[in-house]
Order: sequence, then structure tokens, then C-alpha cells
Amino acid sequence: MSASDPAIPQAMAVETRGLVKAFGAVPAVCEVDLAVPRGELLTVLGPSGCGKTTLLRLIAGFERPDRGEVLVGDLLVAGDGVWIAPERRRIGMVFQDYALFPHLSVEGNVAFGLPRGERGRGRGRTGRARTALELVGLQHKAACLPHQLSGGERQRAALARALAPGPELVLLDEPFSSLDASLRADLRREVELILRDAEATAVLVTHDQEEALSLGDRVAVMREGRIVQLGPPEEVYARPADRWTAGFLGEVNLLSGMCRRGGAVETWLGVFDSPGAGAGRVHLAVRPEQLDLRTDRAVNAEVVEREFRGHDVLYRLRHEVGGKLLVQLPSLELYEVGARVHVRPAAAAVASVVD
Amino acid sequence: MTALRSRRRERRGSRPLPSFGLTVAAVLVAAAAALPLVYLFVRAASGGAAAWSVVLRPQTAEVLTRTVALVVVVTAAATVIGGALAWLTERTDLPLRRVWTVAAALPLAVPSYVAALALLATAGPGGALSSSLSLEVTGFTGAALALTLSTYPYVYLLTAAALRRADPALEEAARGLGRSPSAVLREVTLPLVRPAIGAGALLAALYSLSDFGVVSLMRLDVLTRVIFQQYRTLFDRTPAAVLGLLLVVLTVIVLIGEARARGRAAPRAAPTASRPVGPVALGRWRAAAVAFCALVVGLALVLPVGVLIYWIARAETGVGLDAGIVAPALGSLGVSLVAGFAAVLAALPVALLVVRSPRPWTRALERLSYGANALPGVVVALALVFFAARYLGAVYQTLALLLFAYVVRFLPQALSGARTALAGVNPRLEEAARALGRGPRSAFAAVTMPLAAPGLLAGATIVFLSTMKELPMTLLLRPIGFETLATEVWSATSVSAYSRAAPAALLLVAVSAPIVLRMVVRRDGARAEAEALGAG
Repeated sequence: MSASDPAIPQAMAVETRGLVKAFGAVPAVCEVDLAVPRGELLTVLGPSGCGKTTLLRLIAGFERPDRGEVLVGDLLVAGDGVWIAPERRRIGMVFQDYALFPHLSVEGNVAFGLPRGERGRGRGRTGRARTALELVGLQHKAACLPHQLSGGERQRAALARALAPGPELVLLDEPFSSLDASLRADLRREVELILRDAEATAVLVTHDQEEALSLGDRVAVMREGRIVQLGPPEEVYARPADRWTAGFLGEVNLLSGMCRRGGAVETWLGVFDSPGAGAGRVHLAVRPEQLDLRTDRAVNAEVVEREFRGHDVLYRLRHEVGGKLLVQLPSLELYEVGARVHVRPAAAAVASVVD
Repeated sequence: MTALRSRRRERRGSRPLPSFGLTVAAVLVAAAAALPLVYLFVRAASGGAAAWSVVLRPQTAEVLTRTVALVVVVTAAATVIGGALAWLTERTDLPLRRVWTVAAALPLAVPSYVAALALLATAGPGGALSSSLSLEVTGFTGAALALTLSTYPYVYLLTAAALRRADPALEEAARGLGRSPSAVLREVTLPLVRPAIGAGALLAALYSLSDFGVVSLMRLDVLTRVIFQQYRTLFDRTPAAVLGLLLVVLTVIVLIGEARARGRAAPRAAPTASRPVGPVALGRWRAAAVAFCALVVGLALVLPVGVLIYWIARAETGVGLDAGIVAPALGSLGVSLVAGFAAVLAALPVALLVVRSPRPWTRALERLSYGANALPGVVVALALVFFAARYLGAVYQTLALLLFAYVVRFLPQALSGARTALAGVNPRLEEAARALGRGPRSAFAAVTMPLAAPGLLAGATIVFLSTMKELPMTLLLRPIGFETLATEVWSATSVSAYSRAAPAALLLVAVSAPIVLRMVVRRDGARAEAEALGAG
């Protein structure tokens, strides 16, 4: 959906150039270049402590960069001697703990960021605050105080508050981390719809792979202050830039092999399509679902362990040549522990070279 | 380790440099707070050998011994009484537990010199009952008794709060492991609440060390009274400064004791203990326990209030609640209100600085501002008299100087309240306001202030209360003709016309009682508030 015609230069909602921030001697953000076009939902994924929250706070203006620039719209807001205070950046922020003002009603919270004239008081308060509340479906809770809301409602109120002033950009810092797992999936979809409805540009920071992959138009994977990969979720998942990214995004088998001509790599398990593979010895990242099991061929592996997950099954195999393998299959047909099977690349498997 | 620290650091974010204006304000406040002590040093040092010889006089050794003895006796007695009351009301099947819970704390509303007054009137020399009881409560016994009755509530409140906080499962586990109730008390309960008892005991020690009213009424020559008399009677006032320093040294020793006790305190368990511990059956001791509670509350609360009411009810001419009380009442109310708000206003920049930008130098400013904890009122007043007489003749004996003294003396109380209140406001809230388009000042005014207001107000209330009861600074620094309820009580008693003190004293109690009552009923922050009151 963010796929763009390269002929038309896209308007960027936010851009960072060579952004650097260290706390004392500890680097938090290193040379981050990021450009988020208008209307895009970008997720920043990384383990805790990788600097992703600092990146958000640099964009919002709660931290000053040591080096580099931040642009919001076309406006330079930080860097090169320029410093625009957070309140003048037109950026909405949803905090991890929501940071709803406990002394104001939901409506008071949502109206907080509106110009004085539109803030109003009491019944007459309509317009943008109401619209924002309706957008998140909280109009019936307008008079409640934050502590009277459920976790999911609080989150929606925080989102409405951030959206109400019509910001250039919305930043969401781990917005689902304090919710129950059962609530999280529903709210994720809901938040995405609200953001799309509002045609907002959003940067969402998370450490949850599923969340990042399912929400983002693009995913930026961050590690130790650097963005190690940036791309659409399918691409990031299927063609991780390196071993670490491959492992961080999900279970993976690392196979070594030799490159052949025509973008194929021959491994001890068979030949994998791998467009763009160079020459010589490489390592392939092969996802468990990119392998297939058969029983009508020569046996080359044994099932060691079976993890039943309902919709699918994860098998741990011992291969007669290469050792341990992970294979994920739909739970239509089950193999018992101890079963002797033939394992091979799945029909459409496209593996990626990680080094 | 480093990684963990850096991660924590990252999450907290960098701490922006505080604004220039805030820094200047905080430095000024800390400097003002440090002024009395610094000037006392300067003055004492300039006195030369002649002034310092006062330290070596045999009378000084006597006074010092008497002071220490009084502090030790009062602290020990207050600890035993307060601790016992806390255990009885929190852990036993004492009849009317709820009544005793409140009644045991209420003597906080009775200024200690009013308690002393009541004791003198009933059992003092020529008192109503002294002949029939064949005892005379005065001097050391009288001062120790009055101060014990005024300070045991600190130990009681802190210990009771600690007992409520203690996880009942610990005591039940000990019972389950075969310990008798008395062994549980000795081996589990007491160690759990020992830090609280220690903190209460040290408050009692600080109070009795800085008390001036009680020892004056009981005519006991301890340091505070001797300093006051030296100042009043001698032409050369430097010896008073030297003795003042001696008193500061004693106070610092007590404070170091408290810091040690606090350092040893175990980390506070989360207040999850909603389940009350099964009470210990008092059995045949019930009657004795009730008699003990009744005796303490009777002497500390019923006796003074009863005596005051009796005097007013007897209402001879000039004793009733007549127009004469209006001016001192308004005087008390006025200075106390102004002092309460001024102290909070002064505490605000220091508290903001240390909460928002915790750095070594901001913490140093905070510690300086807490310095008045080491200064009994007599010492603060003395230092300011010296300072104003030499450098600021224009403010000597003005309300401005008196208010300045109140603010400096009670700044620690306002500061601890302001600090807690501001630290309780999530800094993300102010950031959220910034992201929503508010500038730093607007964000502070719209979000932080409303949320911190109750805590700031509580701090102002405690300073208000302390100022109402304050005696020595008011006596030394007030403008001629300016009266407060406290000075009214003082001038009546100094001519032994005890009953004439009744209206002012009763008004003081009546103003304090609701504040103390609310504090006890709400229970929360008992420690902070008792601590703050400790300097009273």
C-alpha cells in the first residue's frame, strides 16, 4: 500500500538523517536514517534496550540529538543548530503507560491539545474533541475519569488525544505492551483501522515480532541503536538481512551451501531458490515452513520432538547428515515422535542468503 | 551490569539541564536556609577566647548533663509508651480498639507547653491536687512527664503504621513453626518494626532537645532555656551563640543517629497486608491494658483539655473568651497562613530541581535546605537576631524577619511534602502535554500543579500548624506589641496566672485537633507527617 511510483517524489511526514544519541558513553541511537512518507504506518521492531524508544523521543523532541537532523514535514526541527520544542512539532504521542491526565475527564484529555477556542467547557464542547472520541468509539465515556476506564479504553483515549489536534505524525511507544494477550490482537486491528481512518502517518515502536509484522506497511528492525533492515513485512520476514534478524523475527534453520548459477543454492538438504545469491559458500536462512515432510521417499530424518500449536505443528528433526532441523506444517496430518521421514525444501520455498 | 545500567538510563531518558531561573531560585532558598547556622558559626568564632570560656564553665557541664539526661529519659519513656500503645491497638483484642487508636494520637494537637501548664495547675507547686496527692510535679520530673506525654504519639504513630504494613503471613508463619505469641512478638514482630520505633524515638529526642516552652514552665535549666536567658539578660550575647552551637552539635548527633537507623531499615514491603492479623488474646491482662491506655490518654489529652475547659467555665472576669483574644488569634492565623504558603513557595524550586534534575549539586542544595532540621527554634531566632542587628537594622523586630524565621525553620516540613508530591507526578504526563502543544510553563500549570496540589497543601498545613504552636522564635523576633496565641499563653504563665492562659490555649488545641484527627484517620503518610511535625 505504500508502494510508490518512483517517478513521483513522495511527501515525507518525518525524516531523520544520521541521527546519533548517546547517554554518557553508552550509544543509544547510531546513524539512523529514516524516511516515513505521508500516510504510512511504520513499525520499529527491536529487542528491549535497542534504542527504539530513544529514537521516538528524539523525533518527538523529548531528547536532543548529539548529531544528525530530524525533519517533520519539510521543516527542520532538530539539528544544524536548530531546535524546535516538542510543543511546536505537531507530533502526537501515545505513551507506553498512556500518560492520561488523571485529573481530567476523557473529553478533557482529548480536548487538551486543541486550540483554546475549541477546548471549551461543559456541554457546549463539541467539534474536534467529539469527533476524535467518535473515531475511537469512546463518546459514551466522555465524562469518565481515566481510572474508570478499562485498559483497552485507556489506550483508545490516549490515541484519540494524540489524533485530535490533527498532527503531522503520530508516535506510538509500545502501545499494546500493558494489555492482556487476549485483548492485544483485537486492539491491534482496531488501532490500525483508526489510524487508517484518520489517514494518519504513524511510527509504532514494539518488541513484539507478530505485532510489527502484522501492523506495519514497512518494518524497521533495530539492533544496538542501528536500523539493520527496513522494508515491507513480507520481505523482512522472508529475506532477513543477516543471521541475527532472521533469528529475531522467528524460528529459522541456518544451512550452509554453495551458490550455483541462476540464483540457486545447493545445500545438503537440496537446492533452494535464492535470487541474488552471489558465488561461493554462503549461509541460508530457511524458515521452518519452507521445509516439507514426506513418507513416500527415502528416509533421511527422524522426528525427535513435536510441538502441537493448534493451527500448525512444529517438528524437531534429526537429519542423518546435517543434524537438527525445525519444520513447521499445518496440523492436517500428524507425524509421531520417532517417525522416520523424508525432509526436503517445500515447493515454493525461496530462502535468503544471510552471509 | 553496565548494560543493565545503560538500559535503565535509556528508559529514563536524559535529564535536561534545569532552567536558569529555577536554579537561581533554588540557590537563593538554600542560601537562606543555611544563613542562620553559618552566621551562628561566624558570630561564635568572632567571640574570642572569652566567649568560648563559657563552654568550660562548670555550670555549662551541669546544664549539658541535665539536657542529655532529659532527652534520654523522655526518649526512653516515649518509646516504651508509644510502642506499647501501638502493639495494643494493632495486635491485641484490647476493648474499644478503634477509640484508642485515635485517642492515643490526638495529644499531638495539644502543644507541649499546654500539657505542662495543665500538669502544673493540677499537681505542680500549689496545684489543685498536689497537697492531696502529696507530690509536686515540677523541675526535671515535670518536664520529663510533660515532654513524654507530648512526644509518645510520634513513636505510636510510626510503630502502628509499621505494624499495619508488616505482612501478617510472617507472624502466622512463626506461629505455624511452633512459636508462642510472646516469642513471635520478640523474634518476628519487634525486629520488623524496629526501624519505625527507632525513627519515632529519634523524633522524640529531637523534640525534647529543642523544646523551650515546657522547660521554661517547669523552670528546668537545660540548654534552650539557658541560651534564652543568656541572651535576654547579658550584655554580651556571644556566649549565647556559643551555647547555641553546642545545642546544634547535640542535635546533629541525634540526626546522625536517625540517619543510621534509616540506613539499616529493611526495604519496605508493599502494603499488601489487607488481612488483619488474628489478635493476641490479652486474657487476664485486659483490665490492666485498658487502665494503661486510659492513664496515658487521660494525662496527655483529657487532663489538659479538661483543665482548660474548667478554667473557662469558671469564667472569672477577664478569663472568658472575650475580645482580648481576638488580636492574638488573628495574629497567629495571619502569620501561620503566610508562613505555610511562603514555606511551600520556597520549597517548590528546590523540590522541582531535585526531582527533575537529580544531580550531585541539586541534592546538595536540597540537603542545605533541610539544614534547619538541625536548628532548634531558639538557635534560629538567635542567629537571625544577631544577623539583623548587625546588617539589617531595618528588618529587626519586623514581621518580615519573623516570617523569614518561620520559613527557614519549617522549610524541611514543606520540602518533604513538596518533594513527595512532585515525585508522584509521572513525568510522562508533562511530556504528553508538551506533545499536545503546550509550552513548558503551560504544561506545568495545567498538569503538574493540579496533581501536586494536594501534597503541597498538606505541606502548607503542617507548616501552618507548627507556626501556630511556635514559641521561642516568636518571643525573640516578634515586633513589639505583636501577639500570637502562643505568646498569649506564655505571658499568662510567666506571671503564674495559669487560668488566664486558658482561652488562647484552648483555641490552639481547637485549631490543631481537626488537622491531627484527619491525619490519624487517613492513616496514609503517617510517617512523613509525624516526621514533619517532629520539628514543632
